[in-house]
Parts: sequence; C-alpha cells; structure tokens
Amino acid sequence: MSLKAFHLVFVIASVLLMLGVAGWCVAQYREGAGTSQLVWASLSLACAAALVVYGRIFLKKLKHISYL
Amino acid sequence: MDIPYTVKPRPDTGLYNAKVGIWLFLASEVMLFGALFSSYILLRVGALDGFWPDVATAWPHGLLNIPIGTFNTAVLIISSVTVVMAWAALKVGNYAKFQKFMMVTIACALGFLCIKSYEYNEKFTHYVIRLKDGSAVTGHLDIDGHSPRFWTLDTVTAKKLASVKVHVDVPNQFRYPVGMKRPEVSHEGGEHAAREIKTSDITFLQAFIPATGTFFAIYFTMTFLHGLHVLAGALVLGYFTFFSKKMWETDPERLTNRIEVGGLFWHFVDLVWIFLFPVMYLL
Repeated sequence: MSLKAFHLVFVIASVLLMLGVAGWCVAQYREGAGTSQLVWASLSLACAAALVVYGRIFLKKLKHISYL
Repeated sequence: MDIPYTVKPRPDTGLYNAKVGIWLFLASEVMLFGALFSSYILLRVGALDGFWPDVATAWPHGLLNIPIGTFNTAVLIISSVTVVMAWAALKVGNYAKFQKFMMVTIACALGFLCIKSYEYNEKFTHYVIRLKDGSAVTGHLDIDGHSPRFWTLDTVTAKKLASVKVHVDVPNQFRYPVGMKRPEVSHEGGEHAAREIKTSDITFLQAFIPATGTFFAIYFTMTFLHGLHVLAGALVLGYFTFFSKKMWETDPERLTNRIEVGGLFWHFVDLVWIFLFPVMYLL
C-alpha cells in the first residue's frame, strides 16, 4: 500500500472521528450540557465536511500515483 | 554488487525493499498497540460501577483536558497532510517545496510533544486525596502559592504540615457517560473550591501518576509510548529534511522512496492517536 492509499485511509478515519466527536457533543447537549456543545458539534461536522472535500481534491491531484 | 530492488520495485510483488520492510514493521506495531488497546478494554469493563475517586477502582471521567486533546488531534491531522504534500513535491521534482512542507510537519510534531508535556505536568500537580471518613476528593495542592508535583502523604508528614490547602475539583456531571452513576454535587465547568484539610484526616494522597489507578496506568503507558513514536518520527523526518540534499542530487528516486516510507510510519503514528483520543478523552 502506497502513502497515497494510506493517506486516504487516514482521511477516512479522521472523518469518522469528527462525526463521532459531533455525535458525542450532541449526546452531551441532550444530557443537559450547555449550548456550547452544539457549537462544538457544528465545528466537528464542518471539519468532517472539509476533510471530505480535501480527500476529493487529494485524489484528483494524485491520480497518476499508484495505490500500491 | 548492488542490492537489488532498493529503488525499483520487484516485478513479482510490485514493491521496493523498504516498503516491504516498513509494512512488516508496522504489522509488529499494530500488535504492540493492539495489545495495549485490548488491555484498556479489559480494564475498562472490569472497573466497578460508581464515580471516581469515591470508588477505588472506578473509571475517572472529566479529568483529561478535552480542548487540548482536540487541538493536538488537529495538529497531527495537519502534519499528516503536510508529510504527503512533501512527498508529492519530491514526486514532481520540487526539493525546496519538500523542505518547507517537512519543516511544517516537524513543527507540528514538536508542538504536539510540547502540548502533551504541558498536559502531563498538569496531571503531576493534580491530586487524589482520601479521607478517614471514607470520602475522597481530587484537586490541586496550594503550598505557599505554588502547586507541587509528585507529593505523597509521606511528603506532607515529613514537612510537618498540620494541614494542606486544596483547590478541590467540582465534578462536571456532563462528563459522565449516559447511564453511569454521577456525583450528587456537580457543576458544569472546571470550577474549584478552596478547602483546608487536616493532615491527620488524610489516609492517602497521591498525584495523578501511573500508580494512582488503572486509568492513569493505561493512560500514561499508551500516551507515553505514542509520544515516543512521535519523537522518533520527528527525528527521522528531521534528518531527511536537513541532510538529504546530496542524495537528492545523486539518487532522487531513492530519496522519494525514503520519504514515502517515513510518511507511512508518520501516518501510522497519527492513526494511533485518532483511536487514542476518543478512547481516553471522550468515552
């Protein structure tokens, strides 16, 4: 597996982490924590979206490099 | 005679030697960290129900600094992006750009280690104190305005202190997982209440060190081992950044392969943190 492929795995793991953090913040808010948790959840979702966009750009720019 | 396949891939595997080597090494690293994550799960499910520190083996919550941990996660994600950019720069023959991206990567690695050191220091000045009535509190000691590290009850006794001033933590009830018993007195946020505790009332006093409990034992073991990997990765990438000009001029493809191998290790180290962060800080 090349660095390109491993980087994609890493980006996917990071996106899942950001979604998880957003879910954790929402759970905290539903438990009664302050509205700041919703702000953090939104930020996490924005980061997840940014990572998805970055992943697509990365794939486009390095399409000539092998996955092996 | 030259060793074959140090630069060009073997026709049957499609890989050059160093790439096979790094993946074998990373497989052994997966086993190392896999064993530690398994230990974490066993310790966690074996912890008693209740809230820490009133139950000796219960799992503590809310004692790690989540904003700092989140910031460190972002630092490592950025460093992974820059290490790939550095490799891509070499692929298109831009050595100056490679060096710039690598320097950002190394700065991120050193930044991560500095922040982690700050976090460790915060733990070494944070105490759990058990009292004769069976209750326990956590907080920072205040000895003439400063917060000492690594004190024990023996230290307090040896210094002949009749009492110690403690800035007691007010537990944050929202840091407890759904369904877990929560402290009755709690407050959102990291508020502290100053309290004078007589030395004669204390049965146990210890900073947040590995010996304090199973949580801190596994926390320090895993994060310190991860920190060592970050340091090792920073040293290797730093060497490639500042001492690779000659190789770039004589054998550029070999240097590009070396950076790829270094980048694979760096991504592994960052991936470990992607798992460590939620497990230690959030769950």
